[in-house]
Amino acid sequence: MNWKRAFIAVALLVPVIALLAYGTTRDPKTIVSPLPGKPAPDFSLAVFAPGEGELAKSIGDTARMAEHRGNVVVLNFWASWCLQCRDEHVDLSNTAKAYYDRGVRFYGLLYNDQPAFGLKWIEEMGGQAYPSLLDPRTRTAIDYGLYGVPETFIVTGDGRVAYKHIGPISERLLSQKIDSLLREGSGTP
Amino acid sequence: MRSLWRLAAVLAMAVPSGMVAQADTATQRVARRIVTAQDSALEAATTMLASELRCPVCQGNSIQDSPSELALQMRDLIRDQLRAGKTPDEVRAYFVDKYGEWILLSPRATGLNLVVYLVPLAAVLVGGLVVWRTVKRWTGPSSAGPADQVHPGA
Repeated sequence: MNWKRAFIAVALLVPVIALLAYGTTRDPKTIVSPLPGKPAPDFSLAVFAPGEGELAKSIGDTARMAEHRGNVVVLNFWASWCLQCRDEHVDLSNTAKAYYDRGVRFYGLLYNDQPAFGLKWIEEMGGQAYPSLLDPRTRTAIDYGLYGVPETFIVTGDGRVAYKHIGPISERLLSQKIDSLLREGSGTP
Repeated sequence: MRSLWRLAAVLAMAVPSGMVAQADTATQRVARRIVTAQDSALEAATTMLASELRCPVCQGNSIQDSPSELALQMRDLIRDQLRAGKTPDEVRAYFVDKYGEWILLSPRATGLNLVVYLVPLAAVLVGGLVVWRTVKRWTGPSSAGPADQVHPGA
């Protein structure tokens, strides 16, 4: 009788303990995005910060996701009030310049911020190599399932979201992801 | 006498135009009521959906309860989608498509999600069974057999 009781107790407790143990291996703040692998949501947004040199676009010009078929596109959501955005700023600009000739295009998207503050921030940071776009009412950010800033999306030449990064991204990681897509033949060099 | 005729003529002209004006006001009032009713229904549907969706920048709050900027913009988007003719299911599906099942405060009762609904039920049933058996043992005839009884006269 005691063996039977012990068996029932173990049979009930083991799954509960296993479930709790599995829970401790998971970070509740990590939320898996359903976007990678899916088509990148289209947008049509106005440029408010032009970028520099050959990467520049005119202020007020409209940038569309659909016009970049064949290019690997990097979208970085940022804001002037976002402290972590400062950590990745130089890395993003450097990578944008390094991969421009290989057909990779970068865009910044201002998230919940005023364009004047965004322009001032870019000036304080010593410039931004690539153009930045306005996202009125955060519609594009919601379309991309944004949780906060900074967040970076890498889109393949055939318009699929290949990678989503939450938090500041490094030049090394960006290069690694872009290289891997270019090797696979995504994007026209 | 002539002034009376003038007054009558003025009144004759004024009455129909007054009636038309009244009719216009009534139509406008009805139209306003319809718009108000539509707005109320839209607001109610927006509130219902916003209460079901998790705010991405909060700790366990719904979009409806959160004062954050993103939650406010999501509520606007829900309202706009409903106004554009999307059904509540389509709006829900849009958010799940962007944020995953995580965005739903109450997971759908399908597949592995069923565990969330069935485990508490099973726990209550097993707990109830244990309590019932224990109480039965305490109060049953076997727990107070003749050997355990103490007779005052013994």
